[in-house]
Formats: sequence, structure tokens, C-alpha cells
Amino acid sequence: MTDFLLELRSEEIPARMQAGARAELEKLFRAQMSAAGIEAGELTIWSTPRRLTLIARDLPEATAAVSEELKGPRSSAPPQALEGFLRKTGLTQDQLEDRDGVYFAVIDKPGRATADVLAEAIPAIVRAFAWPKSMRWGKESASSESLRWVRPLSGIVAIFGEDLIQCKVSGISAGFATRGHRFHCPGEITIGSASDYAEKLRACHVIVDHEERQAIIRDGAAKAAADAGLSLVEDEGLVIENAGLTEWPVPLLGRFDEAFLEVPPEVIQLTARVNQKYFVVNGAGGKLANGFVCTANIDAKDGGAEIVAGNRKVLAARLSDARFFWEQDQKKTLEQHAEKLKNITFHEKLGTVADKVERVAKLARWLVEEGIVAPANAGAAGGSAPTTTAPASAGATAELADQAELAARLAKADLVTEMVGEFPELQGLMGGYYARAEGLPDAVADAIRDHYKPVGQGDDVPTAPVTVAVALADKLDTLFGFFREDMFPTGSKDPFALRRAGISSLRLILQNGLKLSTDAAATQWLGQSDPTARLSEKQIADRKILTTIPDFLTERLAVQLRETGVPADVVQASREWNSRDDTRLDRTETRARDLQAFLATEDGTNLLAGYKRAANILKQAGEVSGNGAATPPTDADAALLAALDTAEPAASTAVAEERFTDAMAALASLRAPIDAFFDGVMVNDADEAVRAYRLGLLARFTGAVHGVADFSKIEG
Amino acid sequence: MADAAETKPLSFQDMILTLHNYWSARGCAILQPYDMRVGAGTFHPATTLRSLGPEPWNVAYVQPSRRPTDGRYGENPNRLQHYYQYQVILKPSPADLQEQYLGSLAAIGIDPLLHDIRFVEDDWESPTLGAWGLGWEVWCDGMEVTQFTYFQQMGGFDCKPVAGELTYGLERLAMYIQNVDNVYDLRFSDAVGDVAAVSYGDVFLENERQFSKWNFEVADTDSLFAGFKAAEAECNRAIEAGVPLAAYDQAIEASHLFNLLQARGVISVQERANYMARVRDLAKGSCKAWIDSQSERWTEKYPGWTL
Repeated sequence: MTDFLLELRSEEIPARMQAGARAELEKLFRAQMSAAGIEAGELTIWSTPRRLTLIARDLPEATAAVSEELKGPRSSAPPQALEGFLRKTGLTQDQLEDRDGVYFAVIDKPGRATADVLAEAIPAIVRAFAWPKSMRWGKESASSESLRWVRPLSGIVAIFGEDLIQCKVSGISAGFATRGHRFHCPGEITIGSASDYAEKLRACHVIVDHEERQAIIRDGAAKAAADAGLSLVEDEGLVIENAGLTEWPVPLLGRFDEAFLEVPPEVIQLTARVNQKYFVVNGAGGKLANGFVCTANIDAKDGGAEIVAGNRKVLAARLSDARFFWEQDQKKTLEQHAEKLKNITFHEKLGTVADKVERVAKLARWLVEEGIVAPANAGAAGGSAPTTTAPASAGATAELADQAELAARLAKADLVTEMVGEFPELQGLMGGYYARAEGLPDAVADAIRDHYKPVGQGDDVPTAPVTVAVALADKLDTLFGFFREDMFPTGSKDPFALRRAGISSLRLILQNGLKLSTDAAATQWLGQSDPTARLSEKQIADRKILTTIPDFLTERLAVQLRETGVPADVVQASREWNSRDDTRLDRTETRARDLQAFLATEDGTNLLAGYKRAANILKQAGEVSGNGAATPPTDADAALLAALDTAEPAASTAVAEERFTDAMAALASLRAPIDAFFDGVMVNDADEAVRAYRLGLLARFTGAVHGVADFSKIEG
Repeated sequence: MADAAETKPLSFQDMILTLHNYWSARGCAILQPYDMRVGAGTFHPATTLRSLGPEPWNVAYVQPSRRPTDGRYGENPNRLQHYYQYQVILKPSPADLQEQYLGSLAAIGIDPLLHDIRFVEDDWESPTLGAWGLGWEVWCDGMEVTQFTYFQQMGGFDCKPVAGELTYGLERLAMYIQNVDNVYDLRFSDAVGDVAAVSYGDVFLENERQFSKWNFEVADTDSLFAGFKAAEAECNRAIEAGVPLAAYDQAIEASHLFNLLQARGVISVQERANYMARVRDLAKGSCKAWIDSQSERWTEKYPGWTL
């Protein structure tokens, strides 16, 4: 068993591509080996900016010998058939075996030397290598067929045991020689085998193992900060990127002018990270301090003093730009900035961003005025017990509505500021800072800052009322607009991130318990809330969103509920309200969850069984003709009637008040009477009047159950 | 080594002369700046047109570059509406291009064991030239000092063979070498005898003030629009007449007039893409006409070469 070393040396490989390149190298190598019948066991794959390395341990010296048997023509067949077979196999007639009148050729394929397999595999791997972007170079690039690589490929080391694998790709021959660190060890170094490779490179200032470099940066940066009494703001992305930019990483701490700290910390961190790939540090109390950690690629002769000085200057220039933007942006109010939104197209069919802002502002105000989003302290006001929900005062509602509308009008203004132009990821955040700086109320500033939330599944869902109103109105406007224009997400295509807008809306509604009828919101958004107004054909056509939007959102809800263990049939059973699809997502959710809980109880299971039995009997009975008996024929009938007389109104009142647990408790009281009923009487009595009476009772029973949830949708 | 640190850093002009000598010694023809207003050294026909076709081409030159929107009335220590690029084109790109480049940094006084030199991914694209390439921005202690590109396409045509392009930002490099924080404080030339040294500000500060004002406030937009149209028409006439070098001059002219119109703030976001596409068409048309005018000679001299 022998170890194999492959190093593909290249001009600097972009840091972001190195992890993918390691995976690609492994995949291609394994494919080549397996095609040759070699089981490649454990592989070590390393990368630096200038090399990709693969070490395969314990490869066999040769592939296994294989014996192949080919069936030929019958010995009685015409001579042409035999000639053809001989040509195909490359054998002579006396080498064939005649078995019962049929020729057989037995071809022993000896094992191939692994070295030969590798000599073919290496050029194949290099040629097949897929990079996110590749290029041509050098004099070979006069031809269109010249090798493509991420940057010029400059050398190949391929050693099997201690022997060179002779191979050549696009003018580059494999050899024993590689190069060490670009500046510390610029000459050639000779590698003996896989076993001395890493250590020889280390002696030449190259740490070839990317994970080791990552550890050096992670620990070294933390230590550099700690030595100065600061703490590193950890950033694993930066660790990996810097490890992809260095072969000999040396973290160094620098300081910048404290005056820059007046710029928001997020801006400083982003400037340092995105433009310069520096870590930032916190001082006492966890506040951003005027320090940074850069990662050099050399052990500088002066300990890094010049490097730190140079980097400090570059950062200072960047931070001056940021401070310039910060100051420049504040020379105008957000309202003045928002003027420019008229020049930015949101979508050609949905107008400018200013148009969107106008729609969002109206919808946000409506959400408050309708009482869907209520002031935070409603119910707890006036020292009353926090459990009683007193309605919000008219004054508090009016203030909230004004703040929601104001925040919505200003929420997008930062899109046209210099700072967000430079750092788009700061959208919202900068608006929040600028709002506070111009003295707007905290609730408005917070809403501007957080109105894009929740962004992903893990993101916090806003709870502050102003924020909730703006965040929800913004997302609903996007959904309404694109759905009105029939631009739905399809399959994997969702260019306007409508699924995300849907999920975010849903989370805002559910986590804040918003009693929002999505069709009512859509009607309001369409400007059709006046029921007496005559609608144009276009307006009537637009009303499709009154169903497409609730359907879309309820589907999202069903998916979310399924993920938390509520099966689809239970959701289906909870979708109807007043004989129509329920457009209140919060109610559908509560009902489904309560139903799921009820069905898990013994009462629930039995009631479901009773319901199914009753429904079956009713189904088989078909149209019931004739009048039922005037009075209960038996005690069992009377008991069920009495139970229904109590349970039915109790359940329907509870449902009307959306107290689904209470409604289901009321249903539970029917379980014993219905069981006793089925045990004690025969529904299909010979007496038509008795039968009709009993069918009537069962219809009332299923009707009562139905009023709570559509049990017919429930499986099992 | 101790002496090296004490040696006085090169003046701005000596840095240029050093680069000239360095690249001259490596076989480059040292050209002079192109005599038109351009946004970058890449616009010089010695790069744009000569990077096309099979003929070897090794040149270096300084190109004054104008970016009207970057003007700051002489008040910003780093930003200028007129500055210099040092441009090197080596076609085909030699195998040791990175080493040759690093040698040039050493020649102007940057010690790579004292300063952190890095090749950081930066793909280059010029939408107005229909050109792109892969390469890096070269960092010195975190500052970008050079754009290093392997041209893949120019004017929409594959570069066969590929040329290596080095674009040094001369002011930035000089500020680094001379350790000054304000571009106007750069030593442009050294004192000799009783002739005093000249600073960058002595030469250019007033220019920055006047040109910033003209670019942003004064330039007559009607005549700029008219000039753009005229250049566009003339470019197309020259292409038809089979004089692509003259056509390309007009493409450069149109490109610069477009930049001025942008500085004057009279081109809306929607119009911008349209104007850029028009400039690109002119550049591409000129490149195409250049190829047409040369391809017979190229295929004769380089059998087997195809577009």
C-alpha cells in the first residue's frame, strides 16, 4: 500500500472558491479511482491561496487482475463470423475455447499499475475541474481549446510513494518541485513524498492545512485583542476568508482614531469587514472600541509595525468616507430623502418606491384604525389587572395610527442615502439611526429600523405595535401587488421573494395574535372598501386577490403547522368559517392546534368515532322522508336530545367567541350520550317516524360537531 | 537593509522613470499617453485595439485619466478628477507575470518582507468597452495599489492570446512610498541645486478646483449632448469608411462626453443604461472594424489563428 500526493499549484485562487475546489478535487479523484477499480479510502484535502493538495493514503500498487469471458460464434458458423470475432478479441483461433460447439474467448486483463492509472487520472481531473469562473492565459490561449483554470495553473507535484507520476497538462509537467511562501521562500523546494510534504512546506513558511491556518487566525486574533485589554468580535466568515488569503497568517492589532466612533458601530464593522477583511474589537462594557485586527501574510522584519501603520491609514480613509456619508446624509431629513424615491422603480407594473410607500402608509394606518394592531398597553392601562383586555383609548389608537403612517412614509427613505448606497445591507438600520438623530419618537425610529423583519426563519419577529403595523403592511403590499399582476412564485422560481414575504407576514400575524382578515385587508388595499361603489371591469378582475391571497397564506400556514406536528387533515378541518374559507390565519391556527389537542384526548377520539358512525348512517339513509315522532321514543333518545340542547348552544357560543377549547369541551359532553344512544337504540327502526326522529337527532349531532370543526375532513 | 529604509523615497516623476526603465528592460516599448481625454489607461488604443489579434505586444505607458464625477474641488486628500495610471500590457501574458510585477514594486522601493503584498480576487469588467477579465486587486498593507487582469474579452471578442494588464494607481503608490496623507503634498520632483522641489499640489491643485467647477457646474450640457451625437455619427462614418483607428477616437470621445453629462447630473438612471449601451456599440464596432482591417494579415502571419 502506497501513499499518493497531488499538488496543483496556481496563481492566487479566490478565497471564496477554495472550499468548493476542495470538494471538487475529492469528487473528481474518487470518480477516477473508482472508474479504474481502485477503492480510494481516506483522503486529505488542503488548500491555500496558491495550491490545492490531495493526499490519498494506502492505495494499492496495482489494480486487481480481471478475467473476462466473451461468447463467440458457434463453431459451425460461417468463417466470416469467426474472423470477425477474432478481430474483435485480437486472438487467434487456437486461443479460443470450444465448449459444446460454441467458441469462447477468455481474456485475462492483468492488473494495471496504479502509477499508470494516476498518470491518466491527473490530466483528466485538471481538465474536468469545474470552477465558478475560469480563464485562459499565456501563449496557449491563442487557441480556443487551451486549458481553462481559475487563474493560471503554474505547477503540478504528483508523487506515488517516492516515485514521480509522469504526466503533462497544457505544457505543465508534473515534478517533485514546488514553491514555498511567495516572499519568505521564493525558490523551488523538492518534495520527497506525501509524508514530508506538509513539513517541508512549513519550513518554507507555508501552512498547507487550511484548518490549521483558520485556528491560527481565530486564536491569534483573539489573543492580539486580549493582549490590548480588548475582546475580539468573533466572525467565522472572516476567519475562513483570511485563511484563504494567506499561507502564513499573522494577526496584528491596530488602532484607529477614536473620533470615528461617533459613526454607528455597524457601519464601522461593515467597513472594516467588507472592504478590508479586518476584525473589530470591543472594549469594556461590550461597546465597539477603536481597534481592529488585520491578518498579514508575512512575518515582517519589523514585527509588523509598518503593516499596521499602512492598514490603519487605509481604514482611516475608509472611515472618513463613512463619516462623510453619515454627516452628509443627516443634512437632509428622512422626509427630504424620501422625495427621491419617486425616481426609483419598484417594479414596472407596480410603480415607483414612492408609490409603494404611499400604499404601505395607508395600509399601516388601516391596520391600526381597524384595531388589528392595538397599542401595546391596551388592557394594562389605568392600573387595571393585566389579564383584562380593556379596549385601547381612542387617543392611544390615534397616536399609534399616526406613528405607523409616519414610520411607513419614512421607512424606505434610507435607500437613497449615501450610506445605504455604499452598504446596501444597512437598509433599515441607517433609517433608524437617522430618524432618532432628527428627533423622531423611538417607536417610529424602531419601526423604520426593524420593518424588514422577520427576514429569515431564525430572525426575531417584531412585537412593537408601530413596527408590526409597518412591517406587515410592507409585506402585504408586496404580496397584493404581485398577485394582482399574476406574478406568482412557481416551482423553484420566486424572483420577488414572495414566499418569504408570505412566511414573514404569517409569522407577524401569528406571533402577535393579529385578528386580520386577509380578504378585508386586500379589499382595503384595492381601495374597494365602499360596498356601494360601482366597480370597473378591471377592479372586478383585481378582486381575485381576495381569494388567491388567503389561499396562498393558508397554504403557507398548513406547511408551517405540519412542520410543528399538526397534520394537514386537521388544518383542513379548521379552514371553514361561516360556510366560507376562513381568511383569518390566527383563527385557523388556533382552531387547528386546539383540534389537534382535542383529538389526542380519549373524548376526542371517541367523539370522532361517534361522528363518523353518525355520518355514515346519515349518508346511507339518504333523503329522510316523513315527519319524525313528536317526542323522544326512548330514554336514550331523550338523553341525547337533552345533551344536544345543552351542548349545541354552548359550543356555538364558544365558537362565535373563538374559544375553541371551550367549544370542544362542550362537544366532549356529547360523547357519553352518543355512545349510549348507539348502544341502546336502533336508528333504522321499523317505525318510519321513530327512524326519522333518530336521523334528525344524528343530523343535529353532526351539525353541532361541524359547527366547531369539519370532522369529515379528518382521516382515521 | 538598514540603509534602504533611510534612502529618500522616490519623487513622483522618479517613480515613473523607474517604472519606465524597469519595463523597458523587460522588452516593453515605452509609449506616450494617448492625446485624448479618457477615463482609464485601458482606453488607450494601445490596450483596447492591440489586445486583439495574435501579434505579441508589450508596451508600457503613463495615461492621464479623467473621471469628472470624482472631482472634489481640490478639497479631498484622496480624490481627483484627473490622475495618472501606469499601464503595462504584455501579450501573450508571460508565465512569470506576477514575479515581474512584484519586481517592479521592489524597484520603486516596496520591500515585500516589510509590507504585506496580497493578490485579492477582483474580476474586471468594462461595460462601455464590452470587455472583461479575471485577476486581482493587489493590496499593499491593505491598500489597493494595482489592478492586475488577464484580459479574456475586448469589444466582445475573445482575446487570443490573452494579454496581461497591469494598472498602477500612481498617486496612491507615491503617497504610500512617500508616506504622505494628502495627494497634494506629494513630492512631484526633487530640488536640484537652487531649483526648488515641486509638489503635486503646485502642479495640479488649481486644475482640480477649476475642472471640478467646470465638470459639475459650468459645462454646457446642450453642447455636450450635441457633441455626443456628433461623435457617435462620426464613429459610425469612420467604421463604414474602414478607418477603425479614427472610429475608435470618436468612441473615446463619446465615452468621455457621457462621463461629463453624468457629472452634470443630467442623465437619469433609465437613460444611463441606454447611453452606456450606445458607447459600447461604438467601442465594439471599432474593435470589429479593427479586426476586419487586420485579420488577413494576422491569418497570413499566424497560420491556424482564428477569431
